[in-house]
Amino acid sequence: MGKKVLMKGNEVIAEAAIRAGCTHYFGYPITPQSDIAHYMAKQLPLVGGTFVQAESEVAAINMLYGASGAGARCMTSSSSPGISLKQEGISYMACAELPAVIVNIVRCGPGLGGILPAQGDYFQAVKGGGHGDYKMVVLAPANLQELYELTVEAFNIADKYRTLVMIMGDGNLGQMMEPVQFKDQEDIYKDEKAWATVGTGMKRKHNTITSIYIEPEVLEAHNNKLQKKYALIAEKEVRVEEFNTENADIIVTAYGTVARIVKNVIKLAKKDNINVGLIRPITLWPFPSEAYVKCAEYAKAFLSVELSAGQMVEDVRLAVNGKKPVYFHGRTGGMIPTEKEIYDKIKEILEKLGG
Amino acid sequence: MAVVFDRPHALVDIPMHYCPGCTHGIVHRLVAEVIDELNIEGTTIGVSPVGCAYNNYLYFNCDMQQAAHGRAPAVATGVKRVHPDKVVFTYQGDGDLAAIGTAEIVHAAARGEKITTVFINNAIYGMTSGQMAPTTLVGQVTTTSPYGRKPEIQGYPIRVCEMLSTLTGAAFVERVSVHDIKNIRNAKKAIKKAFQVQQKGYGFSIVEVLSTCPTNWGINPVDAMKWVQDKMIPYYPLGNFKGADLEV
Repeated sequence: MGKKVLMKGNEVIAEAAIRAGCTHYFGYPITPQSDIAHYMAKQLPLVGGTFVQAESEVAAINMLYGASGAGARCMTSSSSPGISLKQEGISYMACAELPAVIVNIVRCGPGLGGILPAQGDYFQAVKGGGHGDYKMVVLAPANLQELYELTVEAFNIADKYRTLVMIMGDGNLGQMMEPVQFKDQEDIYKDEKAWATVGTGMKRKHNTITSIYIEPEVLEAHNNKLQKKYALIAEKEVRVEEFNTENADIIVTAYGTVARIVKNVIKLAKKDNINVGLIRPITLWPFPSEAYVKCAEYAKAFLSVELSAGQMVEDVRLAVNGKKPVYFHGRTGGMIPTEKEIYDKIKEILEKLGG
Repeated sequence: MAVVFDRPHALVDIPMHYCPGCTHGIVHRLVAEVIDELNIEGTTIGVSPVGCAYNNYLYFNCDMQQAAHGRAPAVATGVKRVHPDKVVFTYQGDGDLAAIGTAEIVHAAARGEKITTVFINNAIYGMTSGQMAPTTLVGQVTTTSPYGRKPEIQGYPIRVCEMLSTLTGAAFVERVSVHDIKNIRNAKKAIKKAFQVQQKGYGFSIVEVLSTCPTNWGINPVDAMKWVQDKMIPYYPLGNFKGADLEV
């Protein structure tokens, strides 16, 4: 095994990206993720990579378009308002099938909002914040070891499917420090990228990277191709952690750092002989719907706990499909639910259901 | 028999979609001739705009990327930073470059990105049907300035070359026109030098080409050429603003 290091979440992302072979980073400063840019600015040139501070988030995502189209492993990062600005480029890159990694260290909104942790960008990330029919893989790590591993994985998934992959963390994850055990060697998916614009060398027909399809038949065919790819990703790339779900009376859903609070709640409940389970989606898209189908057979109810006014709960409802009641508990504005308030909510639900 | 005139190799042999009398075709040809003469087709990556020239990623024989509206200089930055040894150019119109993409072109120039921009200024939005552009002349009638551009309401047209030439990172800045043979020849010289400036690594290079849009100007192609000479050149003086003395 490689070295074990105490690191800040944002720096883990940057280090993992470099280890994954990311050679180009484009970004614009925004709290609470700027440490990613600082780390990249310092470290990328040392390994022959390139860091560019863009004039805006719009420029950064379009630099990413160019670099990805030119065959590089590349990344941009931002936080909520900046990710909103990137939506144009995200839609274009999705259509042009350009692989890249986008990091969103989510802060609270709407608007300029605040700089504290939130999960209010769930809809934007998984339902398509930009225009048109597209999807991107959205990974939601809950601790820094997982953040490291999923960041490396994000680049592999991106190249494997020619897709965008978003790493979605909240301000907690970006700012906290935890030990991370790095590997000696990363498992890197290699692709020749014969489609990239690297110069024809006068040896082949010119490659073109585009998101424009004026002919309706051609555009529909391209859309169908994209949808087929998304279906394949949905089949192959679902990641989920189920914790204490067997025979649980109530199943809580939470992702990212919130899931860690819920795990403590489960311990609290155990002392009172209340059996609480956790489904923690690691891929927010594709959403791990199958896990709910199974649990809906025996659980009395589901509860989604989020740092939002209720977003992922809609996907939980779709997955549970009316078989059992689905409840929601959320905090916004940078407020974090305590173990006690989540536990109180669980007891209130079970009481209501006569359990 | 000796061939005295042929299609440049760097232009794909397919019909272009431009309106009759439009000068995009001339400028495409000039760019392609320069690519041929510098023998860089295999090492060039171009970036297409949004606007009438959106489709030219299919017309140039080199590798091409098609960018979002105004973002070509950012896309080209990404390409060039991955392939610093390759030649990268953008081809953009006046709405693309001087309105929605103002930030991208200014900062690409400020960073001294070693890319070349061919900037088509025809004083109007063509593809979206004749709206006022940032380069529309005072008094010029368009679909969104139907009473003529009035400075007190719509402000003044932007002189891009003059603006960009103040930036240290911009190495070569020249305005040309394609309204007659002499000027077409000058335009080609400028485009060639702009590419060579990039190859030499001096910094950002741009050639602004005064062009016609008979369709949206509502005049015939011959009068359109005359309109460039009589109306546009007095406001947009031709000539080199920077880098004429650079050794290439």
